[in-house]
Amino acid sequence: MKHTISILCDDIPGVMTRISGLFSRRGFNIESLTVGHTEIPDKSRFTIVVKGDDTVLEQVRKQLQKLIHVLKVRDIKRSLAVEREHALIKIRVNEEQRGEILQIITAVQARIVDSADNMWILEVTGNSIHIDNAFNLFRSYEILESIRTGKIALERGEPGSVK
Amino acid sequence: MKKGQKTGARALVKALESAGVEYIFGYPGGATLPIYDELAHSSIKHILARHEQGAAHMADGYARASGKVGVCMATSGPGATNLVTGIATAYMDSSPVVAITGQVATSMIGNDAFQEVDTTGITIPITKHNYLIKNASDIPAIVEEAFYIASTGRKGPVLIDIPKDVQQELFYSHQSRKINLEGYKPTLKGHPGQIRRAVQLIKNAKKPLIIAGGGVVISDASEELIALIKKASIPVIHTLMGKSAVPNNHELFFGMLGYHGRVAANTAVNEADLIIAAGVRFVDRTTGPLKTFARQAKIIHIDIDPAEISKNIPAFLPIVGDAKNILSQILKTIPEIKHDEWIKYLQSVAAKHPLKAKLSGVTTPNIIRILKEITENPVVVTDVGKHQMFAVHYFPVETAHSFLTSGGLGTMGFSVPAAIGAKVAVKNRQVVDIAGDGSFLMTCQQLATAVQYNIPILVLVMNDYCLGMIHQLQDVSYGKRYQACDLDKIVDHAKLAESLGACGIRVTEEQEIAPAISEGLSNGKPTVIDFILEEKSNAYPMVTGKSLLEYIE
Ligand SMILES: Cc1ncc(C[n+]2csc(CCOP(=O)(O)OP(=O)(O)O)c2C)c(N)n1
Repeated sequence: MKHTISILCDDIPGVMTRISGLFSRRGFNIESLTVGHTEIPDKSRFTIVVKGDDTVLEQVRKQLQKLIHVLKVRDIKRSLAVEREHALIKIRVNEEQRGEILQIITAVQARIVDSADNMWILEVTGNSIHIDNAFNLFRSYEILESIRTGKIALERGEPGSVK
Repeated sequence: MKKGQKTGARALVKALESAGVEYIFGYPGGATLPIYDELAHSSIKHILARHEQGAAHMADGYARASGKVGVCMATSGPGATNLVTGIATAYMDSSPVVAITGQVATSMIGNDAFQEVDTTGITIPITKHNYLIKNASDIPAIVEEAFYIASTGRKGPVLIDIPKDVQQELFYSHQSRKINLEGYKPTLKGHPGQIRRAVQLIKNAKKPLIIAGGGVVISDASEELIALIKKASIPVIHTLMGKSAVPNNHELFFGMLGYHGRVAANTAVNEADLIIAAGVRFVDRTTGPLKTFARQAKIIHIDIDPAEISKNIPAFLPIVGDAKNILSQILKTIPEIKHDEWIKYLQSVAAKHPLKAKLSGVTTPNIIRILKEITENPVVVTDVGKHQMFAVHYFPVETAHSFLTSGGLGTMGFSVPAAIGAKVAVKNRQVVDIAGDGSFLMTCQQLATAVQYNIPILVLVMNDYCLGMIHQLQDVSYGKRYQACDLDKIVDHAKLAESLGACGIRVTEEQEIAPAISEGLSNGKPTVIDFILEEKSNAYPMVTGKSLLEYIE
């Protein structure tokens, strides 16, 4: 089972080590981790996708909550949140495949952000399933390099209203 | 220096004074010299350890015996890494310690400078929190935060790493920041609804049982616990860390449970229909195999750390908060109850399974029995091994904070320095260290500190010329293939003690035991008694099977 955890914490040096170290130390597996600034100065928000059953999730949440720099930990339910992920895919584009690739680009609402020497860099945004789909479709062509940001998520509605 | 300015080092010492620090256990080095320079003008007394591990154990022993925060200090690099075992020991047993380390100058951090290590990086997993200070003006607030964090909620060690240039940096008081602990809010009060439910469960239980853990001792909840077991007539057993939670001669006391637990205690766990576990973290040494643990019981788990609830054993009813607070709430509303049959049953099990070690001759159990007769409610400090288990079973303690042992980490070498720290904290009590010869040799050099500062601890070395517990495990589980446990008849611990300036006594005959102990308790000097044991007897009971009820006794 995958769970998405959102963490609001102090934006100070070392906080990344404290959080990610806690996961490895306690044997929790991180699927993806993103971090960035928020609307509050000096605070960061992590979105971490972790694998494990409900007991694991509960431990993760409680252990995170014990870190002095962590202010809030929320277990984000997919149905009650907006989730996004971003991917960049560098793909080789031969003359004969060009049309097909363009069709897929339209279908998955990707954009061409760079093109040079028969190589395009495409960007795709959406929830993780959408990104998975895009990759599945492009996989029939030659993907040279790719990167996914990992998931970011925000709960819908008034902050903290979701129980 | 301009008027109103002070250095980081001075600010540190002032902040420590404001925090009420009386003693620092430390060892100097280049990166802490500015602090030492300031300590010279302070009311704080510095106690020079003989190895930084010892300094940390001293601070820990001080904290465990007194409940106050213990402070240790070391220089950067090797000083800091030497502290690590001591800090981890304190961490595992939730002991409030503040460790201060020097660090190379900020401009050199990250360059592999002389005596540089990433102290905060190394200690993240073994501290409750740690700090690397970048500005001297942060020092007052950080010291205040560190003491607050170490001594509240689930207590534990906090480390403050201070680069040398920050110690020397000048700042004006008005530049100091305020303390900021937005993300730290320990839960102290138990939820009233949960407490009501607990009372209901206790009322309905036929075979209730209390497991007292280290949390009861740390939160000073003994009084409440004793009143509760009396009022609701609930038998009580304990974990290694909870030994001093209840007077061990109490009629409802059935000893330690777990891997080296008493048969009556382990039977009680197996048959209870309700377990109230207070300040217990259900470590594997306590539970044995999880699958067979307490199958009949609903578990009320009282702990100050929410992460302990259902971590190892699912709680039927969790109550997060301070044990003292919660037990006193339960006590207020619980009616008087009787469980005569259940108690009688446990008494019969206890009677059927007495301790079986030999209580004569120069054996560890016999020495401990005699020690009990001669001492007056001493603080007993143990090291790690067979003697530790013998101490649990054969030395009944009377009051809380009277049995100090490295339970969580099982750190050999804990006892001599921890006893020194304890004696500094509780000068008017006898402090007796029960150690094995292997353990003693790990930190015995700290005796020089006891001698230098006139800290009269009594160290009993149970000398079997052997790493006894390893010998026992190889005896029971490795077909008597003894490997690397023979220490050979090399060390004369009495002479060793004398060379360190302490008093050394060698005992080989039974009739010498009592006089030697009396001498050690009354001579006013740090004293080591080297007991040449007559046999390598194993420490039983010991669980060997798939449940707590498969054991050798
Ligand atoms: C620092 C450390 N190293 C190794 C061990 C593993 N260990 C546990 S008990 C023990 C033997 C202890 O021997 P001794 O101190 O002589 O006590 P005895 O068991 O003989 O009473 C050892 C090696 C440990 N607990 N701590």
